Amino acid sequence: MPFRRILCSLALVAGTPLVAHAADPAHAQTAVDYWSLLFVFVLSSFIGIGAIGRVSRLLHTPLMSLTNAISAIAVVGAIIVTGSNYPTPIRILGAIALFASTTNIVSGFLITDRMLKMFKTGGAK
Amino acid sequence: MLQTVIQLSYLAATVLFILSLYWMNDPKDARKGVAAGVAAMSLAIVATWIQPGIVHHLWIILAIAAGAAVGYPLSRVSLTAVPQRTALSHAFGGLAAGLVGMAKFYLWYYEPGELTSFRAFALVAEVILGFLTLTGSLMAAGKLQGISWIPQRPVTYPYQNVSNIGLLALTILLGLGIVVWPESTFALFAFPLIVVLALAFGVLLIIPIGGADMPTVISILNSYAGLSAVAMGFVLDNKLLITAGALDGSSGLILSIIMCKAMNRSFTNVLFGGFGQVQATAASGEQKAYKEESIEGAAMVLEQAQLVVIVPGYGMAVAQAQHRVREFYDQLKKRGINVKFAIHPVAGRMPGHMNVLLAEAEIPYTDLVEADEINGDMPQCDVCLVIGANDVVNPAARTDKASPIYGMPIINADKAKTVYAIKRSKAPGFAGIDNELYFGDSTYMLFGDAKAVMGELVKQLSGASGH
Repeated sequence: MPFRRILCSLALVAGTPLVAHAADPAHAQTAVDYWSLLFVFVLSSFIGIGAIGRVSRLLHTPLMSLTNAISAIAVVGAIIVTGSNYPTPIRILGAIALFASTTNIVSGFLITDRMLKMFKTGGAK
Repeated sequence: MLQTVIQLSYLAATVLFILSLYWMNDPKDARKGVAAGVAAMSLAIVATWIQPGIVHHLWIILAIAAGAAVGYPLSRVSLTAVPQRTALSHAFGGLAAGLVGMAKFYLWYYEPGELTSFRAFALVAEVILGFLTLTGSLMAAGKLQGISWIPQRPVTYPYQNVSNIGLLALTILLGLGIVVWPESTFALFAFPLIVVLALAFGVLLIIPIGGADMPTVISILNSYAGLSAVAMGFVLDNKLLITAGALDGSSGLILSIIMCKAMNRSFTNVLFGGFGQVQATAASGEQKAYKEESIEGAAMVLEQAQLVVIVPGYGMAVAQAQHRVREFYDQLKKRGINVKFAIHPVAGRMPGHMNVLLAEAEIPYTDLVEADEINGDMPQCDVCLVIGANDVVNPAARTDKASPIYGMPIINADKAKTVYAIKRSKAPGFAGIDNELYFGDSTYMLFGDAKAVMGELVKQLSGASGH
């Protein structure tokens, strides 16, 4: 059952920083917890590899446009840089990044859905 | 309290992104995957926007509105242009990552104590990956779109690999300098230099690569775009960025491995192999004679067939012949003939390219078969119709050790009782290699534009059934 595996992995991903902070409360405020970031990266890469390996070859083109839209999660960083009270030149860089990511989100999800709608079995005609 | 809401939203978004990929397993569930992705992205945007530090709302609204205005038309392109669109969106992804990296660098550089070595490392990685993905993907998109001033053929020159690797090494060295002395004047000068070098490296990486390698290259760039988002996650201490970026990165990685396997080549061989050089000598053999077949003759043989296997290739995409192919498929089906499409993983210009085009023409995906599954049936196949495919049906991959494609898994079209190959001209294919299949005993050529030839065949078949 893939869902159980996902949930287990997620518990690990989410749990690592919590455990780390609980064990060392003084550490919590001082610095970025690099190790937990690295754990998250490694674990989610494996989740990704597990999930993608099972995707039907039929759907590789829509898969690519979907993951393209997902990687436009860079929008989070772009919003922070654009919207925070930073010097104007910095925010201009952010606004261009925000524009670029939004383009990917909108076109990525829409074209994926458009392509997937076309995949039909013989009976569904 | 607000932080809890934000973190919970990010966690929910992570779950939804993973589910979104799981639902792509099967065409039946796949549209749920898109819905999950949209929900996850919306959650992420809202949760970021409500943070107390965000004050310039108008800027955000304007940038998002502009992005949506450009994004919508990009989602309406014709399906033959999907490879270009994909490459272009990798470029946008790289641009976003690179710019956020730049912004953060200058922000932290001028605030004492902010630019730690760890942050510098993540920033350098983000900026290099982001900007090389930007120019590399733009070059790839330009090649795919056929823009005139971008060379279509692989461009090679002496010491290409040495100079490329040297350039990359210099970029990384400068980056390491920034990591070691993040707050020095050196960092201030080295940083823009890294940006310029990464931009140049992206261009140089793609110009030696030909069209047949595009499926692999697009997958690799997909991976880089994801990894640049991961680096941004390390910069901003944001786990959602890391998870979503890693999902994209691993997806690109898996796709490029599949593409490389399908061509029996390694990553390094695709990126640094100079595929164009080998065939210049290989192609200069003696001219053999093609056997041509008339449309009427081909139609008569097709009508008598029991199993017809169609092998589509890039030529079908270029000619936009998929709808004619569909009419042809209907004609054969009407006569009770079994028709299958044999899809090679690297047919076309991106992974899954042929499947999408045939799905657009409403051919049921149950009749699209992978190369290794159909090969066992090829000896029973009465007619194999090759539409604009070349290297993926070249028997030299099995027999000729000197051939640059030797060892590549192919569709054994030559095992069929009769082969019809539709080809635009008598020139060799993209890789520049002569294809023995075309000179085989049971092979007959139908020269012409794939769409026109398929149209003629359909006319012939429907005319015959009318009597």
